[in-house]
Amino acid sequence: MAEAHPVGFQWVMEAKKRGAKVFHVDPRFTRTSALADTYLPIRAGTDIALLGGVVRYILENELDFREYVLAYTNAATIITDQFADTEDLDGLFSGYDPERYSYDQGSWKYQGHEQQRESEDTAKERETAAGLRHESHGMPVAATTQRDETLQHPRCVYQILKRHFSRYTPEMVSRICGIPVEKFEELARAWTENSGRERTGALVYSVGWTQHSVGVQYIRTGAIIQTLLGNMGRPGGGVLALRGHASIQGSTDIPTLFNLLPGYLPMPHHADHPTFDEWVDSIRHPGQKGFWGNSRAYAASLLKAYWGDAATPENDFCYGYLPRMTGDHGTYQQVLNMINGKVKGYFLLGQNPAVGSAHGRAQRLGMANLDWLVVRDLFMIESATFWRNSPEIATGEIVTEECRTEVFFLPAASHVEKEGTFTQTQRLLQWREKAVDPPGDCRSELWFFYHLGRVLREKLAGSTKPRDRALLDLAWDYPTHGPEAEPSAEAVLKEINGYEVATGRPLGGFPEAKDDGSTAVGCWIYSGVYADGVNQAARRKSRHEQDWVAPEWGWAWPANRRILYNRASADPEGRPWSERKKYVWWDPDKGAWTGYDVPDFEKTKPPSYRPPDGASGTEGLAGDDPFVMQGDGKAWLYAPTGVLDGPLPTHYEPAESPVRNPLYGQQANPTRKVYTHPVNRMNPSPPEPHSQVFPYVFTVSRLTEHHTAGGMSRTVPRLAELQPALFVEVSPELAGEVGLAHLGWAHLVSGRAVIEARVLVTDRLTPLRVDGRTIHQVWLPYHFGSEGLVTGDTVNDLFGITLDPNVLIQESKVGTCDVRPGRRPTGPALLDLVADYQRRAGMTPDRRVPIVTTGAASEAHERTAGGARDGGGDA
Amino acid sequence: MGLKTFIQGWPVYRQLTGADPLGRGAAAQSARSAALTARTETADSVARSVCPYCAVGCGQRVYVSDGQVTQIEGDPDSPISRGRLCPKGAASKNLVTSPLRQTKVRYRRPYGTEWEDLDLDVALDMIADRILAARDETWEDVDDQGRPLNRTLGISSLGGATLDNEENYLIKKLFTAMGALQIENQARI
Repeated sequence: MAEAHPVGFQWVMEAKKRGAKVFHVDPRFTRTSALADTYLPIRAGTDIALLGGVVRYILENELDFREYVLAYTNAATIITDQFADTEDLDGLFSGYDPERYSYDQGSWKYQGHEQQRESEDTAKERETAAGLRHESHGMPVAATTQRDETLQHPRCVYQILKRHFSRYTPEMVSRICGIPVEKFEELARAWTENSGRERTGALVYSVGWTQHSVGVQYIRTGAIIQTLLGNMGRPGGGVLALRGHASIQGSTDIPTLFNLLPGYLPMPHHADHPTFDEWVDSIRHPGQKGFWGNSRAYAASLLKAYWGDAATPENDFCYGYLPRMTGDHGTYQQVLNMINGKVKGYFLLGQNPAVGSAHGRAQRLGMANLDWLVVRDLFMIESATFWRNSPEIATGEIVTEECRTEVFFLPAASHVEKEGTFTQTQRLLQWREKAVDPPGDCRSELWFFYHLGRVLREKLAGSTKPRDRALLDLAWDYPTHGPEAEPSAEAVLKEINGYEVATGRPLGGFPEAKDDGSTAVGCWIYSGVYADGVNQAARRKSRHEQDWVAPEWGWAWPANRRILYNRASADPEGRPWSERKKYVWWDPDKGAWTGYDVPDFEKTKPPSYRPPDGASGTEGLAGDDPFVMQGDGKAWLYAPTGVLDGPLPTHYEPAESPVRNPLYGQQANPTRKVYTHPVNRMNPSPPEPHSQVFPYVFTVSRLTEHHTAGGMSRTVPRLAELQPALFVEVSPELAGEVGLAHLGWAHLVSGRAVIEARVLVTDRLTPLRVDGRTIHQVWLPYHFGSEGLVTGDTVNDLFGITLDPNVLIQESKVGTCDVRPGRRPTGPALLDLVADYQRRAGMTPDRRVPIVTTGAASEAHERTAGGARDGGGDA
Repeated sequence: MGLKTFIQGWPVYRQLTGADPLGRGAAAQSARSAALTARTETADSVARSVCPYCAVGCGQRVYVSDGQVTQIEGDPDSPISRGRLCPKGAASKNLVTSPLRQTKVRYRRPYGTEWEDLDLDVALDMIADRILAARDETWEDVDDQGRPLNRTLGISSLGGATLDNEENYLIKKLFTAMGALQIENQARI
């Protein structure tokens, strides 16, 4: 955090000054470690084992915040007797289908819910990254559950959790992660001691956590600990994601993602959502508790914002215009399709996949096989010049005169040359004023896309083809200003906020959205950002003139709420857990919730409220159900549906690992997304033979002085000067073993690529004792490429493509490699070296990576809800 | 210059007798630096902005003179950053004024070996033509059971996460209306 989010780290130091203990877990000792109370080195890819050990420590010693856990979580909920755990099935859960490498979740459900079968086909959900939908709300589950408030029932969540993590002992943590037992115990003790009415602890991760084949389950494990300790919805608590780009949160909320529409509405699937009603019901789940019940209004209002006058209740608001998913259309599938010649044109909008995405060689080979490519950027990046300056030019795999891709480079406006909002990592929207006009041909994306749309519509005017109706009927009349006809960003923000169609009055928030076509709302979770016709994101009341919550600086979604689920900061009766941790509470005199923040609860629903029988939607939520977007109003320690790789997190080895999984016969995530393609050969891992060909673990991250793929830092003289070259950090022990000299050269080899770097011998890396042997890890920054003021080999070229099944994010924080002294070969000799490694490791072009590595798969398949079922597929 | 003026001008004297005993402020100041004025004080205008690098969201003040960015400072009013910027944020002026900034459209024709010039309007028109052609070539009306697909898989897009919300909104809206489904972002990566 001190390295990649230095200004955010000042608050950690403030907390430390007030007595907080800071623990830092990282494969490499960094500036954060230097300022922490305790540093724990860890083997990359083993965080679930460490965190699972903390869960076990809490449960074995009954150190959970029991009042919170009983009232606000599903700890007491009883699970169906058809459920079988990874402890029973050698690392698989019940319902595993070894043909489709996915689960039927029928046997994971709450007792009495076995007949609900709306979320079955997890192979399909993996293809469409369905887990992403849940960023704003919980998975479907019926409101009424069977509970044992004593937590003694053998199938209540609390007991299942206890059994599941029973083997994650301090000794096992040490054996898997390489963390000494006493260091682990120091962490577990400090974390649990800092829990209860008077105290909270925060868990902060950087999004390298997401770049694993088990990334979602990493975060789930952290959430289990924070929920058991009562650290959710309370000040000083939480699971805090430090995201890495100025508006990456905004890019998820108003997604440019294939499977989502604004506000986490799913892109329709051709088989599941043939009609508007079926689409809406798949979102709102009739009969379920919570705020998602109004989704018909959000869906209708989005389509109204898209298609304006053409969208009417009679034509289902032009629902038929939406393109339909049939499977995986994600960025990595696209790249393989480019190599296979299926994609004609590609837009890169401030993004540099030749350096920033996993498997850079696949990215560049894909780009070299397009009809046309449009690159919009501030600088001439590697993804624009692959046809004349790339590693494949040197090896002869791309020949400039034979590369047919037509390339348009369009210069972009910088952040001070346009106005608009960024959404930062805590969901806060901040408006930027424009300082100067962009130079020359530089333009904003707003300008480019508005005018591209205008030209397309002019070219299609008069077309009678049905396919062109969606473009011709589009509501696309934004006001423009200035000599370049720049569209008004404020007008777009007003559409995002939503307005009453008849009057143009901006809505005050999403409760005002209607399903009858009388409102248009571009992104329902952002509704309120333009309340009262005022740009709330532009508010800049000084921190000196307001309290520490600072509600009048910018605007946070939803409803300017700064801590989500903050009803949990009060006890079930609505009183603060303690004076010290007071945040939001029930005021019985006023008959309303009040506090420092906007309460995340219906303003006047008293803590004593109990829903009438059969109530659903918000009416179904009791006065002590703080997790208002969940189907049962509770925080989920156990996820009975929705997480595709299991209801509980389980330690699996990374897709490429030198170590056999010490816990289960199942080696790696049995549901991970793999792509079998000649370009994408994965290094072997145990129990496959030849893993010793790639004996070392490598991990990558950022330097303070560089940014992502380098397009905004290797091009900036002051930053380039501060970090002028690629280097690899190695421990003195590894340097001795391999024969590396400090400041000399080394090259790293994977089954995909060879890269070279200067050697930095440092004890920031330490050899770890793992399962009775020594494991060496090396670390590299991933910012370098062949353009800019400072250049170097592209580290992401080393990675293959394996994805997390829930969100289709790649495993690019851990892989295996060989490390050799000296510089790498150049030209065709480089390909020969990779081929030699592939031969020695048995990586033939048609080899299929073994997914199931335990004999328990057939038993897991048989143990599905209602006996043997065939995969749960419904086409 | 009299002797008294000479002695009083001596930094050590000012350090020992003045209000700056550590010699880190007024006592160490030369006549030249005393006469300097900060660019931030003489700017024609100041824009309230936000750092474009990581997602912490530090406040920035962008100072402009004669239509040029002359300085970018941390915004002391921000409850997030309290006026601070990291090495990257502090280099923001260097970013937006970098001599490596591209300001002209560049065009590489198929099998070409060099960049060529192209007018922006022409480029926009050519791109629109290529979109329509790719769409026609790869359009899918319905699946094999006659259910609607309304799409093209012949067009892809990958955006960075320094795009504004308003920009992402128009990007998604336009691509969706043209039936382009394969729209992705750094948020996937």
